[in-house]
Amino acid sequence: MNTQTRERDIAELSPGGWVLWDSTSPLEQAGAREDVALLGIPIARMCIEEFDNPRERILLQNMVYAGAVTALLNIDPEIAAAFIDERYQRRARLREANHHAFRLGEEYAREHFAYPLPCRVEPLEGTLDSIIVDGNTATAVGCIYAVATVAAWYPITPSTSLMDAFSAFSRRYRRDPESGLTTGMIVQAEDELAAIGTVIGAGWAGARAFTATSGPGLSLMQEQLGLAYYTEVPVVLFVVQRAGPSTGMPTRTQQADILAAAHASHGDTAHILLFPGDPAECFDFAVRAFDLAERFQTPVLVLSDSDIGMNDWMVPRLRWDDSYTPDRGRVLGAADLEGVAEYHRYADPDPDGVTARTLPGVSPRAAYFTRGSGHNRLGGYTEDPDEYREVVDRLARKHAAAARRVPEPVVERRPEAGVGLVTLGSGGPAVREAAELLRARGVAADWMRVRGYPFDAAVHAFLDTHEICFVVEQNRDGQLRTLLLESGANAAKLGSVLVYGGVPVSAGEVVESVLTRLRRREK
Amino acid sequence: MPSIAKPPVRHPALPVNELGLTERDYEGPMSTLCAGCGHHSVTAAIVRALWEVAVPPHMVAKLSGIGCSAKTAAYFLHGAHGFNGVHGRMAPLATGVAAANSELLLIGISGDGDSFSIGIGHLVHLIRRNLRMVYIIENNGVYGLTKGQLSASADVGSTSHWGTAGVIQPIDPMLLGLSLGATFLARGFSGDKVQLVPILKAATGHRGLALIDVISPCVSFNDHEGSTKSYRFTRDHDVHGTETDFVEPRPAILAAIGREGITDLTLHDRSRVRARAVPQGYDPTDRDAVGAYLREAHARGEVVTGILYVDPSRPTFHELLGVVQRPLVAVPYSELSPGSAELERFAQS
Repeated sequence: MNTQTRERDIAELSPGGWVLWDSTSPLEQAGAREDVALLGIPIARMCIEEFDNPRERILLQNMVYAGAVTALLNIDPEIAAAFIDERYQRRARLREANHHAFRLGEEYAREHFAYPLPCRVEPLEGTLDSIIVDGNTATAVGCIYAVATVAAWYPITPSTSLMDAFSAFSRRYRRDPESGLTTGMIVQAEDELAAIGTVIGAGWAGARAFTATSGPGLSLMQEQLGLAYYTEVPVVLFVVQRAGPSTGMPTRTQQADILAAAHASHGDTAHILLFPGDPAECFDFAVRAFDLAERFQTPVLVLSDSDIGMNDWMVPRLRWDDSYTPDRGRVLGAADLEGVAEYHRYADPDPDGVTARTLPGVSPRAAYFTRGSGHNRLGGYTEDPDEYREVVDRLARKHAAAARRVPEPVVERRPEAGVGLVTLGSGGPAVREAAELLRARGVAADWMRVRGYPFDAAVHAFLDTHEICFVVEQNRDGQLRTLLLESGANAAKLGSVLVYGGVPVSAGEVVESVLTRLRRREK
Repeated sequence: MPSIAKPPVRHPALPVNELGLTERDYEGPMSTLCAGCGHHSVTAAIVRALWEVAVPPHMVAKLSGIGCSAKTAAYFLHGAHGFNGVHGRMAPLATGVAAANSELLLIGISGDGDSFSIGIGHLVHLIRRNLRMVYIIENNGVYGLTKGQLSASADVGSTSHWGTAGVIQPIDPMLLGLSLGATFLARGFSGDKVQLVPILKAATGHRGLALIDVISPCVSFNDHEGSTKSYRFTRDHDVHGTETDFVEPRPAILAAIGREGITDLTLHDRSRVRARAVPQGYDPTDRDAVGAYLREAHARGEVVTGILYVDPSRPTFHELLGVVQRPLVAVPYSELSPGSAELERFAQS
């Protein structure tokens, strides 16, 4: 809370709440809320009096606040003390200063307020099998386990920490024990065009390669995503969405790149999308993304958002099955090619429309020429209408086949619910809570969180079995709804709840919006 | 315009290289470029050079962007994988291929539009990184596929097919390369295969980025009187900075520079190059002197060709990043996956 926004923060508080604030400078409208308790601590003044170093006078204000909160919520002070010891274990002076500031806040709260408050924090065993992690870190761990060896990127908020984490993990897990050299290559590119181009080159040559970006970077990668789609090169792209359009609000969250991702590039293109709902799924879907990209030989875009990517979430402990083997898809090695009279890149599709690829440097019989220009099933240049259509029609079949392989939706049903709430990504917890709250308001609602595109049959089944569904998503234009309509959903039965101010959606917003729309329908 | 495969007829008397392959084994399908295009000669020089150094065709990756030049990647080495990507982005593609498989010899074919305009941002950073590859610019001063607009390498005063003259300072990739720390800079002329083949052979043995600017006239849109990228102008104004005589593959490259003094250079590859300076005292290891000479020659209207600058000392991109020598595609899964026990450790941290 700072002096610029604190009056606004107080105005937003629920009745009966408490405001812990720095009373060094007085509030302009001190009496504005009589239904909340104002707990003022002169934090800035205390720090000026207690510390000489100007930097410490500023930074340690947070620790005074933390000490006060610990006292007021009756948190075991030993836990906080252990945290400070761990955090500053190598810096004795800072450690002592932090302990001191913490105690100042604790003592002030005890002396001046009735503590603890009626709400308090206690350790429980319910979270023993959970961890706290952000989505970008979890994604990076997933990339390590998916055995990605090439990463190319250009710094952009809020995806940067993903590659920072991958770099850090690579120092430990991409190390050749004999030479000490690295078994991974991370290229900080000159721009996003170079980042995606490098990933395409590496994927074409047989490495598991990925990049991470946010809205503006996705725009810059469009042309080459079309190249990878048309030439059928595996690519994994993590899009940590922020508020657009243009530069937008880089540190705010949105889900407004869904359509730009689904049809990235000019011409007829359709990509495979994954929508992780929390950091645990970021880990899981990172691995699945590489498997899907190689199985279908195409870009897979994993769309998280700033809320999932940058914020710490409590999620179930990440687990790994040691029997996992990467799905490298249809790749012919030297031995496979021995029996092949003549190899052609885009001939002989499997039932999913996938053809066999070869990697450079493997066999003299493997060569083919990859071109983003019109090509026929043999890989040769063509402008013949039938030859051209044969290839692009197969690409459409291939994309449709991916619906059976993307993660199925998460669905929670109640008896006789006529209303369905549909969401994706970080909207999950709020929509789940909204379904609960709606029951208290007399509306039985099921909910579904979509996790992949093209849509699994279960997604359409959910829509078909409800009188009305509302798509809850964080963008202005109803992009997920548009994608559902494009995939055959009935527009008359599909409404929208749109929350796009740049902050995560709340259950209350969803409930009010749904009730308003239901009332409108009844009229 | 489909590419036309050449019949696989093999004359029994054709000479073979040390792999037992004939020059035909290094060719590609028939070109669809204009008759007389300079690029045909570049393609032929590449075929000859790769055949002579006897690189296994499947150990080469051919990469290009978009343009007449880019199309030529299809016209040599039918036994190699090739990737004709999007306009101006060949360098990132090459970076990715090299990242995945450092054992491949990368041959990139670009043009002046591809490299000096839409893709110059990538070229600049590729030079800085010193990625190991042969980067050939087929430089004709115009956009051929779109019918003759002047490119960024067109000289001031050089006229286009449509009569307009260049007014903006051109980009010279050799001077650009010198300023960015390039490690192998050469210029050739598609009309001089005798000079170009040894340059290309030397380039394949260079450990870092070998940037080769080949003046390759466009017969349809830039071969007229008034153009400084025509066959005639280039022949009349060509000054050989160095002559390059290629000797048999050996454990070291020896470049003999200048008539008076000999400078020995130990390079990376198994081959040996002997470069002879034509102008008195031209030293292709002296960056400042080469830059000054090229600027003066350009002011005189000369096109200096040959291996113009070599610096074998700088580390490659892979070395700078500390990447293992074996190709990353060859690192087995078991070495890369940390396993479930490590994930438990992560949960504790």
